[in-house]
Amino acid sequence: MPVQQAYIEGIGLWAPRLAGWDAARAILRGAAPAPCTPAPRPSPSLLAATERRRAPDTVCVALEVAASACAGAALEPRTLPSVFASTYGELPVTDYMCATLAATPALLSPTKFHNSVHNAAAGYWAIATGCLEPYTALAAHEDTFGAGLLTAAAHASTEDRPVLYVAYDIEARGAVATMAVAHSVLGAALVLAPHATPRSVARLSLDTAPARGDRATLPRPENAALVAGSALAESIVLFEALADGTARAIVQSLGPRLRLDIRIEPS
Amino acid sequence: MSIQPLSIGAFTAICGAGAGRTALLGALQARRSGLRPNDFTSTPLDTWIGRIDGLESQPLPGALALWECRNNRLAWSALQQDGFQEAVRSAIERHGIERIAVVVGTSTSSIGATEEAYRRLQPDGQYPPDLRRPIIHEPHSLGDFVQHALGLSGFCATIATACSSSAKVFAHAERLIRLGLADAAVVGGADTLCGSVLFGFNSLELLSSEPCRPFDPRRNGISIGEGAGFALLERQGEGPWLLGYGESSDAYHMSSPHPEGIGARRAILGALHSGGLAAEDIGYINLHGTASHKNDEVEGRLVAELFPPRTFASSTKGWTGHTLGAAGIVESVITLLALESGVLPGTLNSSAVDPACGPQVRLANEERKLVYALSHSFGFGGSNCVLLFGSTRPH
Repeated sequence: MPVQQAYIEGIGLWAPRLAGWDAARAILRGAAPAPCTPAPRPSPSLLAATERRRAPDTVCVALEVAASACAGAALEPRTLPSVFASTYGELPVTDYMCATLAATPALLSPTKFHNSVHNAAAGYWAIATGCLEPYTALAAHEDTFGAGLLTAAAHASTEDRPVLYVAYDIEARGAVATMAVAHSVLGAALVLAPHATPRSVARLSLDTAPARGDRATLPRPENAALVAGSALAESIVLFEALADGTARAIVQSLGPRLRLDIRIEPS
Repeated sequence: MSIQPLSIGAFTAICGAGAGRTALLGALQARRSGLRPNDFTSTPLDTWIGRIDGLESQPLPGALALWECRNNRLAWSALQQDGFQEAVRSAIERHGIERIAVVVGTSTSSIGATEEAYRRLQPDGQYPPDLRRPIIHEPHSLGDFVQHALGLSGFCATIATACSSSAKVFAHAERLIRLGLADAAVVGGADTLCGSVLFGFNSLELLSSEPCRPFDPRRNGISIGEGAGFALLERQGEGPWLLGYGESSDAYHMSSPHPEGIGARRAILGALHSGGLAAEDIGYINLHGTASHKNDEVEGRLVAELFPPRTFASSTKGWTGHTLGAAGIVESVITLLALESGVLPGTLNSSAVDPACGPQVRLANEERKLVYALSHSFGFGGSNCVLLFGSTRPH
């Protein structure tokens, strides 16, 4: 199996007690305490005021981390193809759609309908940044973060250009919450480049291997607690390693019988 | 960028116009539409739909009961057609279960099951017991089902970019195979009729109350259909071939195409470029052609500008309805059938062609030998994907 190499050029992270990569980096490596009170939901300045009102919460979180990663990479967002990964998409809109369809289907809101597509965040991002490059929106159950990461790295490698990777999930509301691991918000973004640059933060070496009951590498318990209740919680170990700034090998799940081995080497 | 041409060793589709290649080709030749007045929603909705008969009485086999829902029944039904499962079994012998990726597309996946759970919510706010299966209430329901149904264990993801979903899966699979992350891939998709899309498109005032009439100057909206299809991609084989793809974004509006087709143009040119071909090489284009005012005007104008008059272009949504997230695979299969049979489907239900279009857009069927063809898929959120297929590899 050939190993995929990708260089991290920029990082974005947002959770209620990890509000932005700069704060998160200090908290995840244990150099600063996590705040006791959650930060208010981000309100991305990228969106025009009217769009900001119409945009669902997933879009706000995804755009916040995407913009941060691009800023860190010093790359214009509109130049980057992107991969957006979300286990569930916009669950509050799903709750609205299903409740309305059960009661008064003819009164469904057209705005809610177009916000219900899984590519809503990617679409809003493209509109907000004027990006004509392709985006993808995908889901892969418990393996969403790893599947999206490998997809983005593969894209950067085949197209030989930097690619934006964004993963996000938010809390559920209503009855859909009974079927989803969706009790907290987590957004994460990386700009991945195929070659090292002066801005490279770390090199990732990605490899897939058959899994035989392997579990994803666990983060330190205090970091796990900061993102508990998110379907993407497993991914925090990657950001913990990036915050530590030391070389580390971790595992993410790609399915019941496939795993993603990631070696992280700081630049 | 040039891609690695991939052989399409097996392909199949099911939609309102027919189940499997023979039935679908027969419907195209006989110009027999799969559309009927809406009999799917309990709340009346004056529109036509491409509904597949019999899904209600075709439960999944017991071993797959965890994934039971209309969308996965439809996917299962497609997997039974045209020897597709046998072709996958043969690919497993060549490559192993862990080397075959599953990349499938859907717009709404099994949201119909979630809608049903809300209609039947228990007094305590819980889903009814038979629907308390988390996997069918998330987008990856489809990909997870297909991987388990086929007994595969390689990379697996569900692409959900609205109406370009099951076109983009070809591009993703090609990248995985080119990089050696897989040796073969099952691509495709499925989207069933559900309240979300029927009443959703109704809320946008995009549904026609008649069978859709793509590119007709009097067109007045879309007809929604359900459909599913799959293709098996490998490096070696007899073809037909996936030769190229182009992907882009409109960066314009969530539910309206760019008025000048800026993203669609990039996707078309990208597909040609990645396959090393020119517009003059293309014999047939299966257009997105939804029969919405805007899409058909923009797409017709763009095709007139980019392609020579002899290129034969048509929309087959008069047969199938707009199968949304499955449109990419259903129309790829129709394009592959045209390459194989030389039967070029025209455009059904339309009696004239919008003056915005050029001579490329045809209403009548035609028979001619084809070598290279395109399939267009343009979706909500401005997500565009154009696929390039060929009966041979270019020299």
